Amino acid sequence: MLAIFTQLADWLTYTLMGLSPETKLGTSIHFFIEDTTKILFLLVVMIYVIALMRASLNLERVRAYIQRKNRTVGYFFGSGFGAITPFCSCSSIPLFLGFTSAGIPLGITMAFLFTSPIINEVAVIMLWSLLGWKFTLAYIVIGMAVGMVGGMILDAIKGERWLKDFAARAYQKAAEQAHDSPHDVEVPEAPKLTFKDRHDFAKDELKEIVGRIWKWVLIGVGLGAALHGFVPDGWFAENLGSGQWWSVPAAVFAGLPLYSNATGVIPVMESLIVKGLPVGTTLAFCMSTVAASFPEFIMLKQVMTFRLLAIIFAILLANFMVVGWVINAIGPWLFAGS
Amino acid sequence: MKQFEVLGTGCKKCTSTAESIERIAQEMGESVEVVKVTDPAKIMGYQVMSTPAVALDGRVVHSGSVPDRETVMRWLTASA
Repeated sequence: MLAIFTQLADWLTYTLMGLSPETKLGTSIHFFIEDTTKILFLLVVMIYVIALMRASLNLERVRAYIQRKNRTVGYFFGSGFGAITPFCSCSSIPLFLGFTSAGIPLGITMAFLFTSPIINEVAVIMLWSLLGWKFTLAYIVIGMAVGMVGGMILDAIKGERWLKDFAARAYQKAAEQAHDSPHDVEVPEAPKLTFKDRHDFAKDELKEIVGRIWKWVLIGVGLGAALHGFVPDGWFAENLGSGQWWSVPAAVFAGLPLYSNATGVIPVMESLIVKGLPVGTTLAFCMSTVAASFPEFIMLKQVMTFRLLAIIFAILLANFMVVGWVINAIGPWLFAGS
Repeated sequence: MKQFEVLGTGCKKCTSTAESIERIAQEMGESVEVVKVTDPAKIMGYQVMSTPAVALDGRVVHSGSVPDRETVMRWLTASA
């Protein structure tokens, strides 16, 4: 079915514009047209369908689910809900406080917040269409692992000591109450929704999300297309091969000042991999760009001391590097034949 | 006079929520007071998790999105 976008790009680039598939410009433009049309089409359809399904999922219910879980599985649920809950980064402070004041451990809340920017339906759709299901699955597993491990480390070192006073007090109070009467949190009823309610919700979501990300799709695919056409195949493999251990930390630090969301980075990732950059290095770069962004860290300053922020930042960067090294080591085996 | 508080840590949507309430009130000739609350501790006090949220005379009436026009008009016409 998706071959239609290749045909469209063939026709526009080679017939209408008269470019040759042998030229750099021709390949770049072909890549750009094929990927933007395909991605935008898939996004519109999938965002709508997914929004229909999750119209009744709200943060209050998510919080109650997580509260009922014990700590061991809590990290998994925190990270999992972070992946599927629609959530705008400008809500991270109220969400953080809402979780904390309900007595949810800092590590579980942060597992939610770490995973949230890395995994969302838009990222999954784009990965699937550009890099295939194997890679998408690996990305989801890794994204959740980064969130869960980050959260566990934070709790292991008792990170809640370094919350701002008012947040620490709210957490303390809720934790004491929970100790007196554990597991009696009621999950609020799902709101009863008619199909029209769901449709309205999905329409708003679609408008909101596409309105926010279409620029990123164009920029990301544009960069990807330029890489695709103008960087020779295998260039990265020759110059930044996986043999060099330092290429992973270099990629993490290179991604830091770049502030993008998953939408903008994924098309670039595809091109990097095709041009021979090792998969682990590429993933490390992508996650660093998406999940460790200064604007968001500055926001968290309102509820955390500088010390805690610095620790969280260091944990994230360390996680990305481990991901890079591990995937580079097992990648050839993992993606063999894909 | 009705008092609206727009709760949110200062994102674009919060600003447009406050502006929209002020504009619609003006059109309807209602005098209102709109305050933007950005202090995280206060927002936590309202137990709001998704912003922008709106509190009318100290009670949360909306959260998670920019309220649409009809909703704002309903708040303005409801008897206090």
